[in-house]
Amino acid sequence: MSRAGGISRRSLFKALGGGIVVLIGLDPLTTQAQDAGRIYPEDFNAYLVIGENGRVTVFSGKIEMGQGVLTSQAQMAAEELGVELAAIDMVLGDTDRCPWDMGTFGSLTTRMFGPALRTAAAKARQTLLALGSAKLGVPVAELVAKGGVISVAAQPGRKVRYGELSKGARIAMVLDEKALLRSVSEFRVMGSSPKRLDAVEKVTGAAKYAADIRLPGMLYACVLRAPMHGATLTHLDTAQAERLDGITLVRQADLVAALHADPQQAALALGRIKANWSTPVAKADTQSIFDYIAANSGEPKSVAARGDAAGARAVAASAARLFESRYTKGYVAHAAIEPHAALAEISNGKATVWASTQTPFPTRDHIAKALQFETRNVRVITPFLGGGFGGKSADGQAVEAARLAQLTGKPVQVAWSRSEEFFNDSFDPAAVVTVASSLDPNGKIALWDYLVYAAGERGAESFYDAANLRIRSVGRSMFDPASAGASAHPFAVGPWRAPGANMNVFAVESQIDIMASAAGMDPLAFRLRNLSDARMRRVLQTAADAFGYQAGAAPSGRGIGLACSIDAGTYVATLAEVEVNRASGKVKVLRIVCAQDMGIVVNPEGARMQMEGGLAMGLGYALSEELRFNGGDILDRSFASYQIPRFSWVPRIATVLVKNDQVAPQGGGEPSITTTGAVLANAVFDATGARLFHLPMTADRVLAAIAAKSR
Amino acid sequence: MKKKIHFGLNGHPVALDADDEQMLLWVLRTDLNLTGTKYGCGEGQCGACTVIVGGRAVRACTTALKHVAGKEVVTIEGLARDGKLHPLQQAFIDHGAFQCGYCTSGMLLEASAFLREHPKPSRQEISAHMERNLCRCGTQQRVLDAIESAAAQIGAAS
Repeated sequence: MSRAGGISRRSLFKALGGGIVVLIGLDPLTTQAQDAGRIYPEDFNAYLVIGENGRVTVFSGKIEMGQGVLTSQAQMAAEELGVELAAIDMVLGDTDRCPWDMGTFGSLTTRMFGPALRTAAAKARQTLLALGSAKLGVPVAELVAKGGVISVAAQPGRKVRYGELSKGARIAMVLDEKALLRSVSEFRVMGSSPKRLDAVEKVTGAAKYAADIRLPGMLYACVLRAPMHGATLTHLDTAQAERLDGITLVRQADLVAALHADPQQAALALGRIKANWSTPVAKADTQSIFDYIAANSGEPKSVAARGDAAGARAVAASAARLFESRYTKGYVAHAAIEPHAALAEISNGKATVWASTQTPFPTRDHIAKALQFETRNVRVITPFLGGGFGGKSADGQAVEAARLAQLTGKPVQVAWSRSEEFFNDSFDPAAVVTVASSLDPNGKIALWDYLVYAAGERGAESFYDAANLRIRSVGRSMFDPASAGASAHPFAVGPWRAPGANMNVFAVESQIDIMASAAGMDPLAFRLRNLSDARMRRVLQTAADAFGYQAGAAPSGRGIGLACSIDAGTYVATLAEVEVNRASGKVKVLRIVCAQDMGIVVNPEGARMQMEGGLAMGLGYALSEELRFNGGDILDRSFASYQIPRFSWVPRIATVLVKNDQVAPQGGGEPSITTTGAVLANAVFDATGARLFHLPMTADRVLAAIAAKSR
Repeated sequence: MKKKIHFGLNGHPVALDADDEQMLLWVLRTDLNLTGTKYGCGEGQCGACTVIVGGRAVRACTTALKHVAGKEVVTIEGLARDGKLHPLQQAFIDHGAFQCGYCTSGMLLEASAFLREHPKPSRQEISAHMERNLCRCGTQQRVLDAIESAAAQIGAAS
């Protein structure tokens, strides 16, 4: 049933407080009001506009940082709206034009925003059908909506284009019908792998990133940094710097910067600033941080419990059948190749900031606060991001650029150097996990007593059938954002691709392997014995089959490892084969096979790219990446000492998408990386018999573990 | 000290009044507004700023303008000719050999200079040569696939 001429009353009344209702035109009021409510809008007009020429502009707060959502969001919109993919233009991360969004993280674009976008596009299609029905004088049931055209099924010549119906304006009509999403069998655009929409721009250098935006009269800023976190400025002398032609020096509270129309001159001036600092005493360093965290993390809270874990622990301990382990992992940098950058311009009381940010709306709010502007007078525009991985949820550079633009009255670019990028990063936290577990005589897990410090609970919840289980977390919680900052860490920590899960899956899957080995069981058979979750069983078996896995208890000397996890709603299992050089301790990964059940797959090739990318990136936290520091002093500040994966490290990676069209689309950006540390630790054990309890597994540590085992 | 400096840029002559100690990266990005060449580290360690100078792939962030004078420079903006993508660019698209795209310009120019010197490289030789170009998104496997396939295509066409 339709009410032609009606409007989307709920959202507009929320927008205007019951005042004047705007029927035509694309005013930003609706999106702003939805923004205030921190919800996705119900009015489909907030998500898309159909131009008179038939081109469809789709608006999304989810930004493109390499994960392919420019394309996958366009696919979802095209599918549900009934237009060709080529008819879609995407606008991402523009806070004045896009519906409010909390940010692009957590593999949420497809599984959380996806349904909102698909529903909006489906509603638009149904509304256009109703309008088309009125125009053509034919009941909706006899119409077909396809390729941006509504036609009479029996007489394809009788038709009307979407653009003729919308005329490029807000469609002021609301249907009482529920949006009917297309089913998998109807998919034409979803489920396929069109070439990425950003492809040509990215291979020709035309793609714009925040540092590529130019404005007339703009200044490039270099900001003075403390030598270490926690230091305070005691003396400042800018006389030498001020002698440079065309230089502007700014000092406001904590912000000291040199600005110039030429970025090299700004850098030269910064180098001439003399500053003295008082520095705090270090409380922990690269080695001592784990004990420090364990001693300074407060009271654990319960994540999950069943049976009698304390009782089972006492029984196992008295029978000397308790497996007790302590796992640790150092701080890891995001190290996106694009450092944080922003350009800010303030004109007529309105700030416009082009920023490399994963969180345009929160960034806008932070800028508004810093400038003491009303939120509506700040607009954040998000160009392409040169990688995010969670690190660009922190937006200090955008606030700096905006403050400097306000202070100088000119457009200002702040683009961090690589050294600043390392120094200012919000690192993946160092973390500790302790596990005590036991087996019954049948090789079933009798006890699982798990405590994670600092990583948080993501990936800590067990999908194994332990009879008695206790899982606790302390020091960070995704449900309590405040706990992420108030912690034992000497500098900022924050989300890093699958926050916490890399650490937790490393600990969980290593411990499972320890028990399998102790029981003399094949690691796959052991997992299957302790798993009743059919979806995980299928993913594990699929991965093993694709790998050509032959059963055998570890250590078999073959160097084959296995690990699985559930992350972002997606089930993932990975096998890897490694070669360990016993003289150098160096681990070479020979091949990786990964199977993933992510429900309905929007773009299979895009999903595979994310699986491969996660596994390749994960080689870093598994084998080499550990930030060295002494208190607030960050010692690794370049790619010379902080080694991220290179071509020679990355093996052939084969991926399998396990078909599961019964489940709505789940996350794709993060799941695979959660298995990399665990699968390689298990493979190193299988190769050498030496168990690594610390990530990264550097050559020195592998050698030490082999030596310790032979003693 | 500003000097008159001449060089070729993507097939066109360029004359600049500039300090010849300046790094090419900033001249390209700021003076010439060619922003396809990216800053990644400023120390020649990541390869995002790789361009071709006199037929060789160099790091623009550590190449002073004086080393460019009189030579021909190719940046990402000049890799496609006459509106037609270079076979490497097409192969990167076909193989999905990029994600965020920030390292892509440098990867393409590094590979382009390499293939000119080594028209029939093995996969291992390509990997070894690309070792100093960093990609954080983890596209290495697809970049190798793309370069391999472009090499085969260029070989077949010549």
